[in-house]
Amino acid sequence: MKLRLLPHPILTPVLTLIWILLSNSFDPGNLLLGLLLGWAIPIFTLRFWPERIRIHRPLTLLRFIAMLLHDILTANLTVAWLILRGPRRVAPGFVVVPLDLRSDLGISLLANTISLTPGTVSAWLDPERRNLVVHGLNVRNPEALVESIKQRYETPLLEIFEPC
Amino acid sequence: MLNPASLLDLSISIAFGLVTAALALTLWRLLFGPDKPDRILALDTLYVNAIALLVLVGIHLNSSLYFEAALLIAMMGFVGTVALCKYLLRGDIIE
Amino acid sequence: MADSVLDILLAVLILLGGLFTFIGSLGLVRLRDFYSRLHGPTKATTLGVGSLLIASMVHFSLRGEGLSLHELLVTFFLFITAPVSAHLLSKAALHLRVQSVAKMPAIIEEVEEASTRTEPHR
Repeated sequence: MKLRLLPHPILTPVLTLIWILLSNSFDPGNLLLGLLLGWAIPIFTLRFWPERIRIHRPLTLLRFIAMLLHDILTANLTVAWLILRGPRRVAPGFVVVPLDLRSDLGISLLANTISLTPGTVSAWLDPERRNLVVHGLNVRNPEALVESIKQRYETPLLEIFEPC
Repeated sequence: MLNPASLLDLSISIAFGLVTAALALTLWRLLFGPDKPDRILALDTLYVNAIALLVLVGIHLNSSLYFEAALLIAMMGFVGTVALCKYLLRGDIIE
Repeated sequence: MADSVLDILLAVLILLGGLFTFIGSLGLVRLRDFYSRLHGPTKATTLGVGSLLIASMVHFSLRGEGLSLHELLVTFFLFITAPVSAHLLSKAALHLRVQSVAKMPAIIEEVEEASTRTEPHR
């Protein structure tokens, strides 16, 4: 019964927040309307979201987000610097990252994280979802790059979404 | 001596110049990009730059009306990029 | 006094935003192959627009009629969609076998070969 009335406990506050930001006003009427929409939309779109999302370690998630914001800033400075230095000094390359993550959400979050962080864009995922091909703008040491992606981003995501 | 208010105006003018130059560069890639994905990437960048320009116009004219346009461009641009990529991948958009 | 500090902060944010937007598009023109060009717009341009949006948020919150946070929405939206469109673009490019300066990994070749055999390209 609980599952029917509130199928996605995380989606509801997120939708409410989006509504409040979108209408750009904070009066109680808008808050109520936002809550109503946040409650109704997950129920009507239940068929598109069959999996229930579980966050196992909220603190790790917060630390991950903080690290991500820091990495996005450095990523931009790195890429800007590489672009300004000119194309002759960069060594682009593809690396293959074997995945330990299994859930759709985990893999998509990892791919997005890789695209937002220093000099790498996730380029391709094989149909069995075992390997992610990543393009790096300046790859001097492919093994170290794969290792750092797995250590820095995949391990926290594994802890948050798929603890063993 | 430059006072801060005119500094703000000056920085807005410089940013206008930079974003316009960015738009011109993307347009160059859109027209001459050797492959189809290059052109789609240029289109994608073009709409993001257009958002930047709209936000600047908003600050310059002190009006938040332009924000809605920026939001719409962000959404429609993303959908357009996805549709074009899907067309390249499958040769079809709606299956 | 507070007003002039705010003006300087806004000026810095706006200049940084314009600069990053420009560098992103410069990368689009300057880099040598499609896969490298993908990096400029997804990172530099997104941060540039993000910083312009933050400037706009600060400006309207402190000068306009009350708190204005809806710029956050566009920023989040751009940060969520930029990696997705980059991934799709590179997937499409790999499917069309766009030339790359770097060596392609063997795994892509195998799978794309198999998919073109079973499902002929129209």
